[in-house]
Amino acid sequence: MHAIEKILALASGKSQVSAGEIVTAEIDVAEVNDLYLQVVKSFYELGGTEVKFPDRTTFVFDHYSPAPTIKAADNHRQMREFCKKMGIKALFDIGKGVCHQVLIESGFVSPGSLVVETDSHTTTLGALGAFGTGVGATDMALILRNGSLWFRVPEVMKIVLDGELKPGVMAKDLILHVIGKLKQDCAIYKCVEFAGSAVDAMSIDERLVLCNMSVEMGAKAAYIQPDEKTYAYLARYGIQHAKREVFTDPDYRYSAEYHYDVGTIEPSTALPGSVDNLALVREQEGIHIDQIFIGTCTGGRLNDIETAARILRGKKVAQGTRLVVIPASEVVFKQALAKGYVQTLVEAGAVFSTPGCGPCLGAHEGVLASGETCLTTSSRNFPGRMGSTEAKIYVVSPATAAASALSGTITDPRSNLSK
Amino acid sequence: MKITSSLVYKFGNNIDTDQIYPGRYLELTDHEEIGRHAMEGADPTFPSRFKKGGIIVAGTNFGCGSSREHAVITLKNIGVAAVLAKSFARIFYRNCINLALPAIMIPELDSFGLEEGQSIDLDLARGVLTSNGVSHHFVPLPEDILELIDRGGVFALYKS
Repeated sequence: MHAIEKILALASGKSQVSAGEIVTAEIDVAEVNDLYLQVVKSFYELGGTEVKFPDRTTFVFDHYSPAPTIKAADNHRQMREFCKKMGIKALFDIGKGVCHQVLIESGFVSPGSLVVETDSHTTTLGALGAFGTGVGATDMALILRNGSLWFRVPEVMKIVLDGELKPGVMAKDLILHVIGKLKQDCAIYKCVEFAGSAVDAMSIDERLVLCNMSVEMGAKAAYIQPDEKTYAYLARYGIQHAKREVFTDPDYRYSAEYHYDVGTIEPSTALPGSVDNLALVREQEGIHIDQIFIGTCTGGRLNDIETAARILRGKKVAQGTRLVVIPASEVVFKQALAKGYVQTLVEAGAVFSTPGCGPCLGAHEGVLASGETCLTTSSRNFPGRMGSTEAKIYVVSPATAAASALSGTITDPRSNLSK
Repeated sequence: MKITSSLVYKFGNNIDTDQIYPGRYLELTDHEEIGRHAMEGADPTFPSRFKKGGIIVAGTNFGCGSSREHAVITLKNIGVAAVLAKSFARIFYRNCINLALPAIMIPELDSFGLEEGQSIDLDLARGVLTSNGVSHHFVPLPEDILELIDRGGVFALYKS
């Protein structure tokens, strides 16, 4: 069995499961974000009277935080009331950050745990050896009511990243390259495992980027086998042990395996419209950028902000270009403050906003006008994703975003490293 | 379960949930209101030109992107009778079944030669699609899923 099959087997009281099988698994941690008042409505519609496991249930206000409209404010109000009524203590109110990062930093995620959130990017948690997957409102309402949910045990495809990253190349470039080659529907219903010497050498912040973006291939979940780095990282947030210590059996057969030499991968971008529109940054140089966004559960962690600060230190964002920076969480924000990155970026001309999803989903804090062009370290560039359907969005790494902020045009970060 | 004389509304590959239901409407919670913005991100004229009972015919990876259940609620409430696609994104697919919107995966859909605006009949249980007097066959949804859809989805199931 694969490690993730073992997680699903243990969570559903079975000794053995295999791909394609449907299991009903008990959920270790459930999270509802503030797009989902529908969960509360559906919970009552399903005849729910009390939440089965209030201690395993969390709410995070991240997508509309702080509330930009009266409607959003009222949704928050109703969710706060629900948490109070149901005895849910883990309500992370405005400004705590994006749900996935908040759950990690609050000690809700450990290797081998089964975490379900009302957000597609829950695949992020695979970077810590957890089985994390996203669901809609009805499935989440069922979890609140019953404590469990049915899952189809997924096939697992393996992406092996070997070699050494070239300077100026980040995990974001690797995953954009992989998605561009394999295309955005290559992993529908599958789990994507990342392995190889480049993954071993990577920081947890960077591994989280790989797993986060695996949903852009259609993945149900992602996985990286936990190692010493994983446990050192989790120890910061009070996690000492795995929920379930699982390893993939040596005879496990992957549904597919893909190998990449990361040393050949250059700074990459997804051209407007689709995450698999792969191009090299150096081929796009010179295109004027109206707004640059560094943030989200994909590109707003300390490593991302540090990368931007290093490139922008003592310099200025180009006139005619806006730089919006939103830390993924309050914890990240405080770390960035303590290290002076916030000061550096503000002096360079960056605008900071409340930890959370920011303009990633086009709701607030920097949406785009018709005809504007944006570079983003977030994950998606669907038409209309960040505002007007007539805006163009390029997905890039934080290094490319920062280098481009200096020139106001798309710029290969390597040109900056040499100066 | 049969759907008759449904008009076809065609879309391409990788129609994401931002195109099915743009993010700027996510704060809405009233289902009727949500239904007014169906497919607006892909085609702003869709809500006005769509005729109740129509069927969406799409390519691969329909419903990719965000987990938003609004994407299914909007299609249900504008009156989409079924979605046929070469493949579906996982969360969207689960949401469809929960809310009793037939989502039928037909990898060979292109060979049916369906055209925008034409009228088709669907027999969900037998897996037959009829257009211009010609019958095309597909793998029907499993019986228990069809029953769930027939009864009105998860909510109806829990109420009974």
